[in-house]
Amino acid sequence: MTEPVLQIRDLTVSYRTERGRLQALRHVSFSVPEGKIIGIVGESGCGKSTLISSIMRLFAPNAQVDDGSIVFRGQDLLGLPPDDMRALRGNAISMVFQDPMTSLNPVLDIGRQMADVQHRSGSGRAEKQARSLMMLERVGIPDPASQLGRFPHQLSGGMRQRVAIAMALMTEPSLLIADEPTTALDATLEVQIIHRLQELQRDFGCSILFVSHHLGVIAELCDEVIVMYAGEVCESGPTAEAFSNPRHPYTRKLLACDPARIPQRTRQLPVIEGSLPDLVDLPQGCIFMQRCGQSMARCATQRPLLSGVHRQAACHLQVPDP
Amino acid sequence: MARLANTVVKTFNGLKKDPLGMAGFVLVSLLLFVTVFAAWLAPYDPFEVNVHDRLSSPSAAHWLGTDQLGRDILSRVLFGGQVALKVSLVAISVSMAIGFALGMLAGFGPRWLDRILVVSFDTLRSFPTIMFALAVIALTGPSLNTVIGVIIITSIPVYARVVRTQTQALRERDFILAERAMGASTLRILRDHVLPNIAAPMLILASMDVPAVVGMEAGLSFLGLGVSPPTPSWGSILNDGYSYLRNSPWPIIAAGLPLIAVTLGFTFFGESLRDIFDPKLRGKAE
Repeated sequence: MTEPVLQIRDLTVSYRTERGRLQALRHVSFSVPEGKIIGIVGESGCGKSTLISSIMRLFAPNAQVDDGSIVFRGQDLLGLPPDDMRALRGNAISMVFQDPMTSLNPVLDIGRQMADVQHRSGSGRAEKQARSLMMLERVGIPDPASQLGRFPHQLSGGMRQRVAIAMALMTEPSLLIADEPTTALDATLEVQIIHRLQELQRDFGCSILFVSHHLGVIAELCDEVIVMYAGEVCESGPTAEAFSNPRHPYTRKLLACDPARIPQRTRQLPVIEGSLPDLVDLPQGCIFMQRCGQSMARCATQRPLLSGVHRQAACHLQVPDP
Repeated sequence: MARLANTVVKTFNGLKKDPLGMAGFVLVSLLLFVTVFAAWLAPYDPFEVNVHDRLSSPSAAHWLGTDQLGRDILSRVLFGGQVALKVSLVAISVSMAIGFALGMLAGFGPRWLDRILVVSFDTLRSFPTIMFALAVIALTGPSLNTVIGVIIITSIPVYARVVRTQTQALRERDFILAERAMGASTLRILRDHVLPNIAAPMLILASMDVPAVVGMEAGLSFLGLGVSPPTPSWGSILNDGYSYLRNSPWPIIAAGLPLIAVTLGFTFFGESLRDIFDPKLRGKAE
């Protein structure tokens, strides 16, 4: 097995707040293997955004890394000098944002922005333009030459997201972080973008870290899935297995809430009762206990650790690997 | 170039729909034209004294009459326009450039730097402009360069504060974060992404500031604190005329009208530009 592109170990990040330290991520470990698409799923506030900002090292001013390492191709990103980190961004590690309506500069035309991304390439204006055209074509934009002179507001949402993807892949990164890239788009576009991403991933051979709360998209696209809850990984494993036979009660409940998996028509969609634990004042035992419904006596006192080899889950109920 | 052409076409189409803006544009162009070509358009040397022909009313020889030394008022007003234009051009562009740099630094830089800069802006702003000008001129003696310097110093905080607020608003926008995620340096973000986003509103602000600066120069020259005597300025012409108001109203009328024209012209034009390039503000103004 080759070295993973990205290996996160024990990542613990907290925010300083007025009430005390908000522990946004606790001992998060996972790796992104070469050429694979890894999905991260979890409800709002589970630490997805903090995780991404940790990898990009674009923290909020009150964030603090307490522990852990993020190793990208043998280098610990958290220990890298700021200039070296900046050299990786947009180069070896790239990112696509959630809302294509706001992630492009409104006053610059597409051509200018796409040329701007290539500022490190050292190539001339004509070369940059040729490369931009090629990338636009590869993400499936019709008549790329005429799009270069247009401004973001003249393009549709799907087009803009394609432009954003083209910009992110311009430098052929080894890791693409996609932060809910389809959430702001409608369903038909979502499918198109997902298929395009899959195709591009095969062509470029990059790894993708795909963050979403849409389970269907994760199931369609990702090789492996990581389910996060309240700042911890609660389950991880190959997507098909994790979704067909979830081991953590949270994954099970999450799947039960997916509208696509509910067989009969209903006006009452299921919900997971309760709310996230207070991240400033964490419970001593299992963080999911309050909402679990299957909790036992030891859940209140002993925090379950992530265990398993092929598939992992952090639950006292879990059956060990065969 | 195509973008520039587009902008020009857009401006003209907008002006066509806005008669007041068009009037402002015509006034501004006319003023710029006559002041730039004053040397060719002026019928007389503005310094030429003719004691036989003092304080005369308009005639075929002197369209706007003559002043107390018999100098041709039209020629003096035209050359006075050059002073006004020079002061506003130099003062606004220099203070705008410095204001941009400091404002973006405050808006994008670390919080402590922002605090220091904001306190300095507020300190500078807290001096009443005229009092500040009087103090500086009392120390250095009256000259046009002092006037320009004073206007620059007092305008910097005004521009810097607007730039700072705009930069702060942009700073949180997704596309700036996206640029960071793409590895752009702070300088690059400021130059290529923040600047183009705030340049248009700032230019409009600058155009609307021209009357204020022209008025400031005229005011100081009126008080004898601006240009030194033989040089014509609208302010000094007003002052000369004021002393001889009982003999002839023409110097006051001749220097007062261009001041009014500058104010109206640049204000109408600036407002029209703002409506064309920032339609969001339109509702608020009306």
